[in-house]
Amino acid sequence: MSATITEKILGKAAGRSKVDPGDNIWVEVDVLLTHDVCGPGTIGVFQREFGAKARVWNREKVVIIPDHYIYTKDEKAHRNVDTLRTFVREQGLPHFYDPGTPRYKGVCHVALPEEGHVRPGEVIFGTDSHTCTHGALGAFATGIGNTDAGFIMGTGKLLIKVPETRRFVLNKTLPKGVSAKDVILRIIGDIGVDGATYQAMEFTGDAIAAMDVEERMTICNMAIEAGGKSGIIAPDDKTLAWVKARTKQPFVPVTGDPDAAVTASHTYDASTFEPCVACPHLPSNYATARSKRDIRIDRAYIGSCTGGKLGDFMMAARILKGHTVKVPTFIVPATAQVAEGLLRETIDGRNLVEIFAEAGCEDVAPASCAACLGGPVDTIGRTSGKEVVVSTTNRNFIGRMGSKDAPIYLASPMTAAASAIAGHIADPRDYL
Amino acid sequence: MKLQGNRIRGPVYVLGDNIDTDLIIPAHFLNLVPTIPDEYRKLGSHAMAGLPDSYPPFVTPGTDQAPYPIMIAGSNFGCGSSREHAPIALGAAGVQAVVAQTYARIFFRNAVATGELYPLESADRLCDVFKTGDEAEIDMAASTVRHRGTGIVYRLRDLGAVKPVIEAGGLFGYARSTGMIGGKGPAA
Repeated sequence: MSATITEKILGKAAGRSKVDPGDNIWVEVDVLLTHDVCGPGTIGVFQREFGAKARVWNREKVVIIPDHYIYTKDEKAHRNVDTLRTFVREQGLPHFYDPGTPRYKGVCHVALPEEGHVRPGEVIFGTDSHTCTHGALGAFATGIGNTDAGFIMGTGKLLIKVPETRRFVLNKTLPKGVSAKDVILRIIGDIGVDGATYQAMEFTGDAIAAMDVEERMTICNMAIEAGGKSGIIAPDDKTLAWVKARTKQPFVPVTGDPDAAVTASHTYDASTFEPCVACPHLPSNYATARSKRDIRIDRAYIGSCTGGKLGDFMMAARILKGHTVKVPTFIVPATAQVAEGLLRETIDGRNLVEIFAEAGCEDVAPASCAACLGGPVDTIGRTSGKEVVVSTTNRNFIGRMGSKDAPIYLASPMTAAASAIAGHIADPRDYL
Repeated sequence: MKLQGNRIRGPVYVLGDNIDTDLIIPAHFLNLVPTIPDEYRKLGSHAMAGLPDSYPPFVTPGTDQAPYPIMIAGSNFGCGSSREHAPIALGAAGVQAVVAQTYARIFFRNAVATGELYPLESADRLCDVFKTGDEAEIDMAASTVRHRGTGIVYRLRDLGAVKPVIEAGGLFGYARSTGMIGGKGPAA
């Protein structure tokens, strides 16, 4: 009766002793996350189906974090945040992080765990594909649409298919200059953008154990770019300490059985990983950074749920310190807490804001999703022409950062920083 | 969605592999809220607006409708974002079915949950067989799609566990039909 961590979490949420991949089950939801882009539509579905005066199933379990279109003059974007405000007021929802107030956070996938809403063993649905990020803390977490989210708002339940598990074992140690982003880009390069469709991607091994929680988030964040339903890493002492520092709410961690059957297993020697990029226009277009030195760039972008955490900026700052960037380099912290960290954390007595300024980067932008997904035309860092961008974000689809003619190379914070200094794609080990 | 006579007939729009949600509905249109009727129609008018300019226009210029009730594509259709605006934009523009080799999980689920369109899977790679503008006829009862020019009939994969959800009109209809939730839902 052995089971994977994913099967155990979902079985528990379904009130069943055992579930198998392919089973369609109703699960109880622990957290429903939404934001300004999908929240208004979710509320619309909820009120259409359950009535204008219906109440959400559990006020404590709905978390609303506006983050996408915050620093824009777009009137509809502002109307959408107002729709959230009205709903929050009517429903009396306690977990709302309102723009323009001290409660405002920024990117939902970094804010959700920061604020203690992600707990091991729980089931999280969010109206955003990068909800898979939260598997890094040992939760089952996946992205859904407005209709599913509206259904959860009214019932606290969702009908889902138990995913197969595809396991990735990373033995040994990552080399210097190589980080979690390089790991996940290589894995996506190996299995393709649909290599894990409908599956839970489970990450384990020495290199995962050695990573801090933020780096694990980077890995799980991009499970969706391989088609994964979720990414997940079993909770360890590091996870538990991190979560307990952020919530007083009790939780029961779940781990899988070592002998549980999985659909496929991929074993890697982490010491063989290299700094890399994903070339336009798919996250699976893997190439080593060194092999793409002839690609001149017009812009570097460090930000998003994937590459805008404090640790990401620490890695970038270590490369940038003492150098000058050759191209406009955007610094977009994911959350207000990350932005505070940029002022607090220092390298050789200089805080990160000073380091970025001295390297010639653009002024640190306010926390939000910003140009990761293009957004309204006045979005900070949005492409408008043929800019070649090196970005720490998650997608390099055509038009993803605004302009259809602007090719995007996805990279780690270290590779993005090195490339900004060089003016072309560069290997960060040349600057360590 | 409700079909007349279990058939979908008309010209097809043909695309290749990995058609992502940014191509289907670029992010700067996500300020539109699908449950607001006027904005639902606007989403339709911008369907496939992310395609490079080298593609033939999908939506008839100056309107909010596409002349293609059927879209044909390769593998991993709808990859990327969870934006439900994607199947909704296609549905609002008049697409009744997509026939792809495979789908990205969230797009498929959103298509089923909203009842906006049928996400059908073909055993063959039909995007190499059909050209944009060719006429096709889908027979839902027989699970086939016919190229009306050549007369060749291609098999569609069984929808499996999601068939009763689609037939009930989406997630809410299905949940009501199985007694999972009560009430009659919104007035039709």
